[in-house]
Amino acid sequence: MSRIENCFKQLKSQNKKGFIPYLTAGDPNLECTLNLMHALVKAGADIIELGYPFSDPSSDGPVIQRAVERSLAKHTRLKDVLALVKRFRQENQNTPVVLMGYLNPIECMGYQKFTDAAIASGVDGVLVVDMPPEEAHEFLQIIHRSVLDCIFLVAPTTREERARKICELSSGYVYYVSLKGVTGASHLDIDSVRTNVNLLKSYCGLPIGIGFGIKDVDTATKLGGLADAIVVGSALVNLIAELKDDYDYSRDELFKHIELIAQMRIGLDNK
Amino acid sequence: MSELLKEQLYDGPDEHGHFGIYGGIFVGETLMPALEELTRVYEKFKKDEAFWEEFHNDLTHYVGRPSPLYHAKGMTEALGGAQIYLKREDLNHTGAHKVNNTIGQALLAKAMGKTRIIAETGAGQHGVATATVAARLGLECHVFMGSEDTKRQAANVYRMKLLGARVVEVDSGSKTLKDAMNEALRDWATNVDSTYYIIGTVAGPHPYPMLVRDFQSVIGREARQQSLDRCGRLPDSLVACVGGGSNAIGLFYPFLKDEGVRMIGVEAGGFGLDTGKHAAPLNRGAPGVLHGNRTYLMNDEDGQILETHSVSAGLDYPGVGPEHAWLKDIKRAEYTAVTDSEALEAFRFLTRKEGIIPALESSHAIAYAMKEAPGLPRDHIMVINLSGRGDKDMHTVAQIDGIEV
Repeated sequence: MSRIENCFKQLKSQNKKGFIPYLTAGDPNLECTLNLMHALVKAGADIIELGYPFSDPSSDGPVIQRAVERSLAKHTRLKDVLALVKRFRQENQNTPVVLMGYLNPIECMGYQKFTDAAIASGVDGVLVVDMPPEEAHEFLQIIHRSVLDCIFLVAPTTREERARKICELSSGYVYYVSLKGVTGASHLDIDSVRTNVNLLKSYCGLPIGIGFGIKDVDTATKLGGLADAIVVGSALVNLIAELKDDYDYSRDELFKHIELIAQMRIGLDNK
Repeated sequence: MSELLKEQLYDGPDEHGHFGIYGGIFVGETLMPALEELTRVYEKFKKDEAFWEEFHNDLTHYVGRPSPLYHAKGMTEALGGAQIYLKREDLNHTGAHKVNNTIGQALLAKAMGKTRIIAETGAGQHGVATATVAARLGLECHVFMGSEDTKRQAANVYRMKLLGARVVEVDSGSKTLKDAMNEALRDWATNVDSTYYIIGTVAGPHPYPMLVRDFQSVIGREARQQSLDRCGRLPDSLVACVGGGSNAIGLFYPFLKDEGVRMIGVEAGGFGLDTGKHAAPLNRGAPGVLHGNRTYLMNDEDGQILETHSVSAGLDYPGVGPEHAWLKDIKRAEYTAVTDSEALEAFRFLTRKEGIIPALESSHAIAYAMKEAPGLPRDHIMVINLSGRGDKDMHTVAQIDGIEV
């Protein structure tokens, strides 16, 4: 059983919702990202989505664009992000890590080499935002032979026939994009998310995580009630943007700084 | 079936938009259904004679087509080799080939009931051509343009505003064309129900490389017939500049099956291919994925897109249309590059020898001819796509000359 599958199984047995924060590796620097990952686990993260930077993040809003720019200004490379996960694994063998980003850095490394390196580093899943199932055959052949999970997105614009195919090709969980737009947008309509996610649940055999536009405890709590997990990205990255690059934060300091995340966890659990 | 339709059903791409290993659809899931819909709609209109009739009617009466194939005797004599013919896309309404495509896509937008148009632009020519058709059809229009480019091309920004478009300055990344395209994709994902995205070149996700090519191939179709009428035979070589590659594919495409016709695409060599400061992915790039398609890109070994350089804003792009990538690999077309200074010399040369001020983009094609034509026989027919006029570049060239205009 993969670490992700196991994670959702445990959540279910405890009747809990999953909490998945996203952060960009290398923002403000890799050392800080490592400490943030541990702080996030302490704050109640069940899975961590770790962004690897790409120069042209065309599905992301301004908050994550800036994070990627800060990371690239530090010359963060995909192999550095893999090494970061390896270091994280030295202390934490339980929390699944999903790499999230765009296809070109992976293509440049090579699908097989990336998959081997990701597994060796302790990565559990991969979510490539600009790789729809139609273009994923070659990569999926390699991934499906490995222990890595491949997570695909379902959007509000996705029709049922297509969504069914996406659910079949995914493993680990399916990521439901809660709004038409980019990450960090602010026009979330909870009623339409409810309708779409309920339909998706009726035929998707995998856990469903909801993300895009979840900014506060109230929204986190409400959307948590609709699915198996929520993903929080821009709200966390906004807090990380306040951190100074030239200061070594302790994990406790970071934990305090991202208090919002712990509050969201509490909100989810008290639902 | 008319000749026009037969030609458009020729070969690539396959149903998923692939030209060999290139092309395809690489976008976030939110846009996938919109691209599928656009493909369906276009496949329907592609077989619809009435649609093409309306398109060609607009090209005739609004754009001013057919554009002449001009025998450039002054240039030919000065070079002393091949007979040079210029395909005068600079004489189109709005001053470049870009309008051929925006006329076609605006018809699609109208047929799909979209009320809002968006576009990306580098030099501003595609932005102006889009704002023009939007004004004519009464559609809301937003043009995304890098803040570096709004500075370089202030006159075009004002033109777009006069035409009623909103020009959105893009401040992210390198603040140029590629970032404008990112921002347009983000806007489209947000407003996908109401909005039609008019991509200006033969790049982007399927079906754009195909449909932009089909609208631009009027250039080559005319040139082919004009050469037969004027010279009694097909040209020996075709030359066009390549940024994204829409004017080049427009000229090349109708000649693909004419095996004896050489095709040469000229990329922006910037300060020189060995300096790294250029925009020549077909010459010095490698296959990768950007802006919805797989193609040759300028990226580093970690897959990050590199900043490009060209004196010409319209060629200053790190990718290239996937069909060009394929034509390069199967060796049907050749791709070379000329430097900024060679392009500038060509700009002045054509201006003095023919009284035609070319766009800096098109000057790259002229520069290639200046190097190659002298060595070719006198009966060699070379057709150069003069894709745009140089009025928009007065400021850039004057600045290089140290003159304030």
